Formats: sequence, C-alpha cells, structure tokens
Amino acid sequence: MKNVMGIINVSRRDELLRDLTSLRCIASVPFGGRYRLIDFVLSSMVNSGIYNVGVFTLNKYRSLMDHLGFGKEWDLNRKRDGLFILPPPIHYPLGYYRGDLQNFFSHIDYFHRSKQEYVIITGSNIVCNINFNEAFRFHQETEADITVFYKEIEREEEVFAQCRRIEVGENSRVLDMEDKPGRLNSNKVLIEIFIMKKSLFIKIIEDSNKLEYANLIRDGLIRNMNRLNMYGFHYTGYLGIINSVTNYFKHSMDLLKREVWQELFYKPGLIYTKVKDEPPTKYLDLARVTNSLISNGCLIEGRVENSILSRGVKVHQGAYIKNSIVMQRDVIGKNAIIENTILDKEVFVSEGKELIGDTKQPLLMSKKSMI
Amino acid sequence: MIFRKVGEEDMTSRKCMAMLLAGGAGKRLGILTRDMAKPAVPFGGKFRIIDFTLSNCTNSGIYAVGVLTQYQPLILNSHIGTGIPWDLDRKNGGVSILPPYVLKGEKGKWYKGTANAIFQNIYFIERYNPEYVLVISGDHIYKMDYSLMMEFHEEKGADVTIAVIEVPWGEANRFGIMNTGENGSVIEFEEKPSKPRSNMASMGVYIFCWSTLKKYLYKDDDNSKSSNDFGKDIIPMMLKEKCRMFAYPFDGYWKDVGTIESLWEANMDLLSDDPALDLYDRNWRIYSVNSNLPPHFMGASAHVHRSMVNEGCMIFGTIHHSVLFTGVHVGEGSDIRDSIIMSNVKIGRNVKIKKAIIGEGAIIEDNCQIVSDAKKPEIILLKGDITIPVNSVVKSTIVSIRDLQVSGEEQNMA
Repeated sequence: MKNVMGIINVSRRDELLRDLTSLRCIASVPFGGRYRLIDFVLSSMVNSGIYNVGVFTLNKYRSLMDHLGFGKEWDLNRKRDGLFILPPPIHYPLGYYRGDLQNFFSHIDYFHRSKQEYVIITGSNIVCNINFNEAFRFHQETEADITVFYKEIEREEEVFAQCRRIEVGENSRVLDMEDKPGRLNSNKVLIEIFIMKKSLFIKIIEDSNKLEYANLIRDGLIRNMNRLNMYGFHYTGYLGIINSVTNYFKHSMDLLKREVWQELFYKPGLIYTKVKDEPPTKYLDLARVTNSLISNGCLIEGRVENSILSRGVKVHQGAYIKNSIVMQRDVIGKNAIIENTILDKEVFVSEGKELIGDTKQPLLMSKKSMI
Repeated sequence: MIFRKVGEEDMTSRKCMAMLLAGGAGKRLGILTRDMAKPAVPFGGKFRIIDFTLSNCTNSGIYAVGVLTQYQPLILNSHIGTGIPWDLDRKNGGVSILPPYVLKGEKGKWYKGTANAIFQNIYFIERYNPEYVLVISGDHIYKMDYSLMMEFHEEKGADVTIAVIEVPWGEANRFGIMNTGENGSVIEFEEKPSKPRSNMASMGVYIFCWSTLKKYLYKDDDNSKSSNDFGKDIIPMMLKEKCRMFAYPFDGYWKDVGTIESLWEANMDLLSDDPALDLYDRNWRIYSVNSNLPPHFMGASAHVHRSMVNEGCMIFGTIHHSVLFTGVHVGEGSDIRDSIIMSNVKIGRNVKIKKAIIGEGAIIEDNCQIVSDAKKPEIILLKGDITIPVNSVVKSTIVSIRDLQVSGEEQNMA
C-alpha cells in the first residue's frame, strides 16, 4: 500500500450527536471505552500499510488534535509522509463554507506534493476494522475509476435508517446512489470509503471548484455516475455509521456481544488510540460487574451491568449502573442509579441520585455536568 | 577525544543525570528470571519493575538516563526501546542502554560490580559532564522525587547523599545500615550487620558529585582486591577518607522484590483498600509500554472482587484477590484466588487456581487444578508459555511439562 494515501474527511456538519458534539467534532466522539471514532478508520489505514494520512477538519477540532498529536500512537510520526491535520483556511474565496470539496481544494497542494498514485477517502464516523489491501486489489482488478464501499444488510435495521443506499449490479458495477436516504429501496448501505487515482480525485476537486460544486458525494460521485466506472466493494465485517445519539447508543451496546468485541477490536488488526497510562482497574469487595466493557484506571465498588466504562471512572458503593455508557473520569456517588444513560466526560453524580433514560431514547448528560 | 558535549544547552541533563543498574540476575526469583533480568519481571498488572525507576526519573525532571544491562537483556532492551513510554526519547539525553563492551586495545570485560559498571561508562557520563550523578537500581519498587533529594544534597553541600528508609529492627540485619550523626551526616556504614545499631537502611539510591565520584572510581579500579561495588567498596572508602556523606530519609513505600514470596506479597499489597503504593496518582504516573488492547470484557457469569484487571482480558469465571495482567482469558466455572496471572495466559473452563504465579503466555486447559498441598502450602510458580493439558493436577512449581508428568504419575499412584 506504499502507493496509496489516506484521507479522513471530517469536513462535515456534525451536530448530529447533540451534546456529544457540542464541543467536539464527530471524529473525536469517545466510543468503546477507550477509543475515539476516528481511531477505527485511522488504525485500519495504518494496519493496511498506509503511511500518509491527511485529516481534513472543519471546526471544533481541539480535542481531535489533542487526541491525534503528531500521530505517534499510529506510527505516523514520520520524516517522510505521516500524519497531516488540515483545518480549513479562515477566509474562503467565496466567502462562506459550502462543503468538503472546498476544503480539499484549499489544500490542493497537499495532494500534488504527495507521491502516492492512489487515494482512499473515508468519513470519520465509521466504526469498522478493514484491511484495505483486499479492496485495493479489487479496485485494480475491476479497473474501476472509483471503488465505493458498501455493506449488505439482511433485514432493515433501524441503525442504518439514516444511511445512504446504493444499487449494485451483478458484476459489482454501481448502478445508482442516493444523496439523501429514502429514494432507493436497496439493502446495500453506502459506506463513505472510496478508492480512486489521485489524479482523478484532483480533477474532481478542481472541476467542482470551477462549477462551484461543494459536496464530494453529491457533486463528485453522483453527478459523475454515468461518466465514470464505479464498482462496489462489499465489506463484510462489523459496521457502524454513527449519525444519531440513538444509533451511537445501539452500536455501543453491540460491543457487549462477545463476537463483536472479538472481531472489531482484533481482526484484521488492532485499533490504536491515545495512551493514557492508566493502571489496571481495581475491583473492591462489593463490586459486581457483568456483561460489561471496562477500561483501565477505574475503581469499582458498586454494580455494573451491560455497560461500557471509559478510563478512570469511579463507581462508589451501592451505585448501580445498567445499560449505560460512562465516559472518562466520571464519578458515580454512593447508591446512585444510572440506567439507559450516556454520561459524557467528567460528570459527577452525587450520592443517591437517579438518572434513568428510555431504552430507545437514552438520557444524555453533557460534559462536566454536576448532578 | 573530540566530543560535542551532549546537553550543553539543557539545564536539567547538565545538572544531573541518572545511571540505572539493571543487570541483576535476581537468582532468588527462580524461573521468573530464567529468561529475563530482574528489572524486567512483570509487576502490578501491567508494569515491569524497572518502570518505577524510569518513571521516577522522568517525573523528577531527569531526562538523561543510562541503563546498565548485563544479564539476559533481550526483554529489557525491547521493553525500553527508545524510551518513548517514559518520554525519554530526547535530542539531548534520553535513555541509553549500556551493555558491557570491549575496551580499545583490551579484552572485553563483564561488569564486575556495580561500581565497575559505572567505571566502564565514565566516557558516557563525561559526554554530559553533569554536576551530579544519580545512581539507582532497577530492582526496586517505589515512587520517589529525586529532585527533592538533589535539593537536600545541595543544601548539605554533600559529596554523596544516600537515601535511607526505616526498616523493622528485626530485619535490619538484611540491609546496608547507616548510622548517622545529629545533622544527618553518615558516621558509619555497615553492610548486613549482625548487631545493627540503627534501623535506617540504604535504598540503593545515591547522588554523587560527579567530580568526586570519578576520583573514587579510578581509585577503586586501581585496587585489584576490590570487588568494585558501591556498598562494599566505594562508600566505605569515601567514608574512611572523610567525604561529606549524608543520609536522606525517605518516608514511603519501598520494596526490593527479591524473592517469589516478596513479589507475591508486593502484588497482593496493591489490592488493599488504601495501598501504601498508590498507582492511581495522576501527579506521579507510572509509565510502561502499552499493549493497545481493548477494555477488558466481563462476561455474564463473571464474578470479580478485590482484584486488579488489565486491558484485553476476557473474564467468565470467578476472580478473587488476584492480579490479572494484559489479555488474560478465564473460562466459565473457573475459580482464581490469591494469584498473579501474567500477560496472555489462557485459562479454560472449571479450572481452579489458588496462590499461584502463572507466567506469561501459559495455557491452562479445562478442569485443571493448580492448588498446593494443604499440608505444605507454597506459592506455585508456573513457567510461561507452558501448556497444562486437561484434567491436570499441579501441586508445586512447574518448570517444564516433564515435571507435570512426574507429579501426575505420583497422583495416579496415590
């Protein structure tokens, strides 16, 4: 994969996750205890042998930059190539920001300077673990102009309700692609991962700029549907496309299935993330933890059931956490009850408080809340 | 010799650098140290013993560290790498691994004693030309701010300062004991005295003025009868020649995990409500190499109390009063008590383990019993990477699978 560069596209509207994205972009939303959403595509790229990765951001990227640093954890602190974080320029030529293609255009030099011949462009809200080598081989064998990733779902699942669908023919040719969900009656969910020649990508960016088009999927791909050879690559591993609080919650809970935990975090490669040097988690005498994912540095004296705990969480005696996501450094006071709830980072729940959400609509507590 | 002196512009490394002795064989740790030096022995669910001294250095603002290795250095070397986990990958200084080497025009020599190890690396230290040299050992578990000790050293205008800790009188005969005058100056030093006159033991942490130490290292090297050891030779010689020597009292947790029993105890100490060694202190982190594994998974049938569990574990059984390292799997119906389970150990179903230390990568198949005889309870040690087949009964320490067959036959005969 020496000849492929990776692009992670965070240049999107990202208010989808309500309070979870009020202070951060979707790429840096915590997921699975110790990870951030961007870790999944980024680790997949690195595990596939891609060592030139550009992360295109739009706004609220402080926590993302803090998380990525200069890419040490992903082995991307390189002399040549490595990790590039590319925020948009303050003044756009046309006055306001209209879409991701505009951000690519403002950093067009990065593409010209990179030596790789191919690009893989991905979104940043995709929970997956992919070996891109296989897809790249597919791209070369089919002689596609653009390879588009998709996943076939067996039955209609609510978690994919807000996702774009595509139609793929028998020979893997992409026949149709929708811009907004609802038009196509297909069981093939579009994953925002595309492979193409860098020269084609640059051409799409430059042409769009002339025509004042701004959206990669709508203007770059769908508009060119008839002009370009597009093939669909079927990804069969675990997939989450995080685009709402409810589907964030649902995909998080999926991790508690043993087969999902074992596949997503280990195969085909490990998922890397920023290291916090927390010691192992300590369980005291009255701890009772079942069917849960527990990160390092926690201190647990209470009950935890069907839940995900991030690093450094304290659960005091008599507290009961059920079906919930508890993020970094939260403190759950004595005898407090937390159910169907997402607690963002550094939330303090005082003694005896109850936070109970709905199974379908989890309660969401924003960062640093005191309850 | 034309060297550009390293760190000339860098205040910290010019002032004080550390020499970390990490060549110890740790013979009394038995099979645990068969393939690794004592500082590389795993501890506390995710660390190796040397992590404590390396983290102390970086937390104390000492960013130039020479690590002297000799015995079985493979695991140690790969653990330390370029020092990234401890922030010791630096342009000026950082961590340097210093194995014994062949001197120009001479035959190669092993490090004869602790002082000889430093002596052979005089040129290395000279490159930094520090004011002070901190000499420490990678065998000990403790959290200490060396910068406070250095302030003390400067305040006293000492030639050498030795950190001391109060030990129980009954154990004082196992340590190097410092007898001090009223102002904290060391009057007398006794190595393992039969009748100790003080219970202040040397922790093996020394700060020397480099110019003074260098003089004594040469002097010691000229003496062919010397064992070239800090405790036995250098310190007594400096004392005899009336160097300014002070004892720096340290009040905190300090442990030399020299034996299987003390290693087991030190791990179990961490499980108490308020352990003397606080690993959760965010202001004094202990750094280590990170395995990058997912959070540990607790199955529906898991029961875990009074234990420490690290990342990547998958637990379906009962864990009580135990320390689990990275990536340990415990099957349903298994029961683990008072034990230390090191990284990547796979334990099947209905296995019973009591008071054991299981080495890295061991596989214990279903229905095994690893419990010592009630008549002579001992800590059972299982060598790493061993596979214990189904239904086995293990009653004592196992080095190779052959030991198991012998004890298995005994079992059948009984």
